[in-house]
Amino acid sequence: MLELYGERFTSRLLLGTAQYPSPAILRQAVEASAAEIVTVSLRRESARARAGQGFWELIEQLGVRVLPNTAGCRTAKEAVATAEMARELFNTSWIKLEVIANDDTLQPELIGLVEAATILSAEGFQVLPYTTEDLSVAERLVGAGCAVLMPWAAPIGSARGLVNREGLKALRAYFPDVPLIVDAGIGAPSDAAEAMELGYDAILLNTAVAKAGDPVTMATAFARAIEAGRLAFEAGLIEPRDMATPSTPVAGTPFFKIDRVS
Amino acid sequence: MQILLNGEPIATDARTLHELCLKLGFGEAKVATALNGSFVAATKRAATELAPADEVEIVAPRQGG
Repeated sequence: MLELYGERFTSRLLLGTAQYPSPAILRQAVEASAAEIVTVSLRRESARARAGQGFWELIEQLGVRVLPNTAGCRTAKEAVATAEMARELFNTSWIKLEVIANDDTLQPELIGLVEAATILSAEGFQVLPYTTEDLSVAERLVGAGCAVLMPWAAPIGSARGLVNREGLKALRAYFPDVPLIVDAGIGAPSDAAEAMELGYDAILLNTAVAKAGDPVTMATAFARAIEAGRLAFEAGLIEPRDMATPSTPVAGTPFFKIDRVS
Repeated sequence: MQILLNGEPIATDARTLHELCLKLGFGEAKVATALNGSFVAATKRAATELAPADEVEIVAPRQGG
């Protein structure tokens, strides 16, 4: 079971709710994914369009836990105010903390991230920070009170998979007891399976499902890949070898002659 | 007076954040508010007075990743 801030979940897939072709497909994709946590945001509400009210009805019907984000925030102050609005709006103290440094890479602004995580943890939030694989920042975040870390695999929406696989492995090894969720950059179900095989606890993704040709089928594909990756990790993968080793027994090979052995 | 509502200049005679929300039809709506960059809880809107050039944010749930 996945355990985050004392709550237990069967699914290890956290799904974003943006960019789907329609609300109906979003609903079907969430159901197909079996995700128990979906990410949401908050945005300026127009008095005329009132788009948020209809969206909230849909999310409530899904019956899943919501994880609000602070997407688009550029400073710790913006992120803290956004998190405080989210806590009231969604009635949860869980926050996916994003402080963004750069429009082209959407990479975390790590200094502002640590600053905001420190403030929000002190205010009683359960912070799930979108970070990089940097160990020293991860230590600061854990020190600030974060009991979950969410490193990127690649820039948000880039679908490039595990760009720094060795860095993600090092983070896993460095924090064996902190739940680690790969957040952002996943393109294919095999990317998600790879992260799970490394021992990551869960995957958070959005674009790879929402922008797929068939988002509902892709949601199923990701759910199965994540489950497969987790099972593989639990089963214990064999180590890669440089040279071949026969899988069929050598003893008793017909026509075997000792002088053929090099 | 003129204020900035969600980044757009508007004229309003609302004296408080609560009055502004009511005038905009957000009385029962699922919204959260901020004034000049700081969160204002729903319970504090009635006691939060508006001044010219104030920057008000009114936000609602939306799709997110």
